[in-house]
Amino acid sequence: MTEEKMLKVEKIRRGTVIDHIPVGRAFKVLKILKISSDPGVTVSIAIHVKSKKMGLKDVVKIEDRILDSSELNKIALIADGATITIVEDYGVIKKFVVKLPDIITGILKCSNLKCVSNMEGSIIPSFTLISKEPLTIKCHYCEREMETEEIVENIL
Amino acid sequence: MMWLNRDIVSIGDFSVDEIMEIIDKANKMVQYASSGHPERPLSGKIVATLFYEPSTRTRLSFESAAMRMGARVLGFGSLEGSSVAKGETLSDTIRIVNSYSDAIVLRHPAEGAARLASEFADVPVINAGDGAGQHPTQALLDIFTVWKESGPVNGKSIGFVGDLKYGRTVHSLSKALSMFDVSLYFISPDELKIPKHIKKDIEKRVPVRETRNLEDVIEELDVLYVTRIQKERFPDIEEYKKVAGIYVIRPSLISRGKKNLIIMHPLPRVDEIPPEIDHLPQARYFKQASYGVPVRMAILDLILRGE
Repeated sequence: MTEEKMLKVEKIRRGTVIDHIPVGRAFKVLKILKISSDPGVTVSIAIHVKSKKMGLKDVVKIEDRILDSSELNKIALIADGATITIVEDYGVIKKFVVKLPDIITGILKCSNLKCVSNMEGSIIPSFTLISKEPLTIKCHYCEREMETEEIVENIL
Repeated sequence: MMWLNRDIVSIGDFSVDEIMEIIDKANKMVQYASSGHPERPLSGKIVATLFYEPSTRTRLSFESAAMRMGARVLGFGSLEGSSVAKGETLSDTIRIVNSYSDAIVLRHPAEGAARLASEFADVPVINAGDGAGQHPTQALLDIFTVWKESGPVNGKSIGFVGDLKYGRTVHSLSKALSMFDVSLYFISPDELKIPKHIKKDIEKRVPVRETRNLEDVIEELDVLYVTRIQKERFPDIEEYKKVAGIYVIRPSLISRGKKNLIIMHPLPRVDEIPPEIDHLPQARYFKQASYGVPVRMAILDLILRGE
């Protein structure tokens, strides 16, 4: 990120920066991370940021919170290819790109209320990636296909 | 192809070649379907039929098929008195029955139940209907009926009429047929249209036409697959009557169809096919029901003996 772009959103001392979010999805990222219900977390959001790679993109910075692998998997669901930067003491300690896996397990439930995965408590819901654009996944059990809106609604 | 111990959960798990292999084998079984296979190839095997929902035809045809092949059958046809009524989970029941039998036939109200069962059983699981989800052996016997009664599946124009929204038979079968070179017609009132996600998937492979009016397309069809419109789907009985009446199959309608048209129905029927149709050469729904036994004989033989 260039210095000029960095000025748009202040640097953070410690936390997580999620860059290259497909434009319009920043608020969905916050929703799936359930951050809006946590007043202890400071969040900066930049939407419609110009990007060489993407044309336009969204960026989210979350202070004092390092995302765990389950949260990163959730982000990959709606922001495949987003760049995650972990910051400590204003320095980058880790930077990587999240990738949507072919099999998605344990991070969302099936939207079909009659699906057996919603009835038997011990079952871990599992989904197969059908297409990235538009995002479509299929329940391993009932074979119901879900698209972005439904996916966001059903993230655990 | 590897058949031994294979689960039969979803029609989508099978290729066209595999479907044709089942059809070919089912055709050989037709001669034994009413007298029993003389070699009793499944002698010594036990088939468990676990029916969490009542289904006379499917359960009896599975049990008949197993016995015609020489296997023995155990299980339940209702939950009364079973451990399920005491609150046992499906996965626990399957783990137990797994040790009592060589194959499990499962009918369950939850969608995906058979897939779940297949993960807890070492023995093969056959899905005999899971809620509004899959019913692969019905789809296979329907394809067998098309093949046996109307000739090669490729090139056929097949119309589904009635309740295409809730009818799982239509969902499984149209998906399976879309793997062949066919044209599909979906004829229903707006309230009972085929679900969008299914239509979208099918349209990737074959031409699809949707209409409210059966008369518009009857002349183009080789197969007319009729389904029952259920009263309980309509909040207003008058609305139901309006819709149900449209799709009653009359001889005058059939006479406008192709000479070789065949009429199928998964049964039970109510008013959509009046008895006067039963005597027409086009009526094949009783034949269709009878093919449940040879198709299930073929499937049991394939997964229990691998051949």
